[in-house]
Amino acid sequence: MFDGVKKHQVTLPCQPEPWDIRNLLQWIKENLLKERPELFMQGESVRPGILVLINDADWELMGELDYKLQDQDTVHFISTLHGG
Amino acid sequence: MAGMAEAARLSAEIRQRERELRGLRDRLASVLAGDAAADAAHNEEDAAAFPGELPPLPAQASLSPADILRYSRQLVLPELGVRGQLLLARSSVLVVGCGGLGCPLAQYLAAAGVGRLGLVDHDVVETSNLHRQVLHGEARRGLPKAISAAAALRLLNSTVQYVPYCGALSTRTALELVRQYDVVADCSDNVPTRYLVNDACVLAGKPLVSGSALRLEGQLVVYNYQGGPCYRCLFPKPPPPETVTNCADGGVLGVVPGIMGCIQALEVLKIASGMGSSFNQFMLMFDAREGRFRNIKLRPKKPDCVVCGDNPSVTCLQDYEAFCGSSATDKCRTLHLLSSKDRISVEQYKKLLDEQVPHVLLDVRPQVEVDICRLAHAVHIPLSKLEEKDEHYLEHLEKRICEEKQRTNGQTSFPVYVICKLGNDSQKAVRILQELTVKEFASVLAKDIKGGLMAWATKIDPAFPQY
Ligand SMILES: [Zn+2]
Repeated sequence: MFDGVKKHQVTLPCQPEPWDIRNLLQWIKENLLKERPELFMQGESVRPGILVLINDADWELMGELDYKLQDQDTVHFISTLHGG
Repeated sequence: MAGMAEAARLSAEIRQRERELRGLRDRLASVLAGDAAADAAHNEEDAAAFPGELPPLPAQASLSPADILRYSRQLVLPELGVRGQLLLARSSVLVVGCGGLGCPLAQYLAAAGVGRLGLVDHDVVETSNLHRQVLHGEARRGLPKAISAAAALRLLNSTVQYVPYCGALSTRTALELVRQYDVVADCSDNVPTRYLVNDACVLAGKPLVSGSALRLEGQLVVYNYQGGPCYRCLFPKPPPPETVTNCADGGVLGVVPGIMGCIQALEVLKIASGMGSSFNQFMLMFDAREGRFRNIKLRPKKPDCVVCGDNPSVTCLQDYEAFCGSSATDKCRTLHLLSSKDRISVEQYKKLLDEQVPHVLLDVRPQVEVDICRLAHAVHIPLSKLEEKDEHYLEHLEKRICEEKQRTNGQTSFPVYVICKLGNDSQKAVRILQELTVKEFASVLAKDIKGGLMAWATKIDPAFPQY
């Protein structure tokens, strides 16, 4: 989806308000997504079945879309697996 | 006293095996009769023929000398000991799915001396299962997986009770089944079953050890255990069906579900023997490519969860296939994007080939599948490149169309037939070709070949590989 690249080290542009996950998702949609954004996003959030991790913890523990990003934060997008 | 318990256990086992034998005889009869209709009705019959309520496992007061010898290497572990082993012997585990996860899981649970293993699977053993479903074997192809697994496990440890259920877990059967077991292992391969098993475990109050694997990755979580979250707390809404990949489409390296199934077995043993699980409110992620395990801290149980929350709205099992928009028993999704005038059958295509009708055949499978097998005269453009409208590939296709067209004295609607493995991606590709506005494509009439190369292999060319 991201041109087959698993890891992206990004430097976000300066903005007056601090960056939160909501802004980050929008930025990813505009800058990194190559095709078919519906496989990743639904509305302003990620689609059902994607778990967001902020520094290896469930984003629900961190405030989800409202979490304010810190320098050096790692954000993972995990697609849940169903195969067996 | 011990004699009585043994007698009860043996009679239960005999009844069980008689039921299995009856099932096998019926199946054999329907196969011999070559009756396709009987086969189609099989799932329904099976569900009705699920063994009824099982007697509770007898509480053993002590280990026999044979038990002590068999389990000696784990008995000397202070974490397990005699107490843990006796708890295992009294535990029953329901294994939902006897595939890539369920095989190694059931194998280690049987070897470790769990009292009773329920084995659920609606499917039969196929050749393409054998690379990862290691309890089955070449000789048992065509047999129900639950029966095949029970037969293999009985050779490993005959003191365990095995209860095969040859049918899909359904809204009708799930709760009754889950209630009879102490721990449930979700080794299934589809989204509706995962929600069904979760809800049944919440309603019956049973811990759920859930594993999954695809390609080179695996995931494991223990749900509904000691006040922790359930599957719905984590995933309140099912994923859109078009974003879900199964092992047939995405592929899987056999050892990856093998590793995840073993860790699932470990957590089941820890729960059943009283040690407790390490993955309550944690997800274990395994990346086989990088050789990395990652432990993720998850959210706690959600007070507003529809099934395990404070005011649950789900108080009985539902229609999970409708909820998820996908089937629990279909091996492959069948898309219906195009109308029949935009599609041809493999028989029709064979006729065009025999009559040497000028056309271009476009194969849209990924390169890795083209490497496995291909039709020599096909032009290859992976669907992803078509979706990107990759110029280099489109120019190549244009060139081939021009060359072929010269054989037709400027025919107005030049045919391009699109093929893939099963006939889903080829429909998407036809849509894309129909929307291209480049002049060379304006005169193209694109159609897809129904059922793809697998239909070609079964109906036209038996020598063509199936994968
Ligand atoms: Zn819940």
